[in-house]
Amino acid sequence: MSLVELEINGNKVSHDVEERQLLVHFIRDDLSLTGTHVGCDTSQCGACVVHVDGKAVKSCSMLAVQANNSKITTIEGLADGENLHPVQEAFRENHGLQCGFCTPGMIMAAVDIINRNSILNEKTVREELEGNLCRCTGYQNIVKSILAASEKM
Amino acid sequence: MYQFNYKKVETIQEAVNELTANPDSKILAGGMTLIPTMKQRLASPEKLIDIRNIEELNFIREESNNIIIGSTTNHFTVSSSDLIKEKIPSLSMLAEGIGDPHVRNMGTIGGAISNNDPTADYPAACLGLGAKIKTSKRELMADEFFISLFETALDEDEIVVSISFPIIKDSFYMKFPNPASRYAMAGVFISKNETDIRVAVTGASENGVFRWSEMEESLSNNWSKSSVENIKLSPEGIMSDIHGSSEYRANLANIMAIRAFEGINE
Repeated sequence: MSLVELEINGNKVSHDVEERQLLVHFIRDDLSLTGTHVGCDTSQCGACVVHVDGKAVKSCSMLAVQANNSKITTIEGLADGENLHPVQEAFRENHGLQCGFCTPGMIMAAVDIINRNSILNEKTVREELEGNLCRCTGYQNIVKSILAASEKM
Repeated sequence: MYQFNYKKVETIQEAVNELTANPDSKILAGGMTLIPTMKQRLASPEKLIDIRNIEELNFIREESNNIIIGSTTNHFTVSSSDLIKEKIPSLSMLAEGIGDPHVRNMGTIGGAISNNDPTADYPAACLGLGAKIKTSKRELMADEFFISLFETALDEDEIVVSISFPIIKDSFYMKFPNPASRYAMAGVFISKNETDIRVAVTGASENGVFRWSEMEESLSNNWSKSSVENIKLSPEGIMSDIHGSSEYRANLANIMAIRAFEGINE
């Protein structure tokens, strides 16, 4: 076992973990933050995307021990109390989800895309969504949501 | 995943000491190949030595007409580096085409070349530009470094420190990515300077990345599109799997070579 100490959504946590535990399982099982999803478990689908030290990563392909001393943001850390984050709001406004399984990863990826690109167009958004799969929407409204959110951020 | 021990190290020396003391250990950098491989139980090292936080391995700098990249520099950092965009745009473009944004935030150049996946992109840039690879022990030319499928010249207790790419503006990389994984189904890197023309192919051969000497010769005799079109890669020794037959991949390499050539001349 190894001790992992990190900050998640502004809260400091400290846990003993098995070295082989994946970050996504640490977040979901040990910290009970179940907004982050496990989709494919093979780093293709992006349902597990969280931000580690400000960078979007796939938490199913990272060990919890690797995240020691880091700052993590998950989907639960985006909203400001009752007020949704602009990207969450845009997904709601633009019908950017259907079943919603991919949505936490989509939104975490979208926040990262908007942070990194001062000017966004449809082509860039589609390219940047390379690592996130959605099997319901056909992406149309997801792209629309991200473009709408980028105007407000 | 099988159980293993884990150690985060801070210096190159510490990493080498750990490797020497633990013969069944593996170096963990970004983990974008190693962790999925361990999840599938295709690898089961006794110990992981995490080098991601070694400061002295994370850098990009220009030195006497070379761009030197530290081994734990991730793909995003390479693709977004203004220095690389200006000096070797083909390299930043190549880095931008690896995996997806989340993978690029973790995966490292040192990991990519040490693993020598036959469909990885960086080995093509190393061979195609004639890079020099500095390890914890020595310096190796890319031509000596890549041996075969998932095999390099690295000893058990040796790690990659940095990769030095000659600044060659006239270079281009074109790959046909597998639609799911974005690994190259066939990728061709071409570079041309005053003395040398190099053509490297990834994604195709059963023995991993290689220099396409017939193509190099043809282009050296006459730098023209017809010189590229006249050379055909033989399907012999080319990978064949559910994604494509060897004939398909060989033909794809021909097409990628034409597009890479056009990319330089645009």
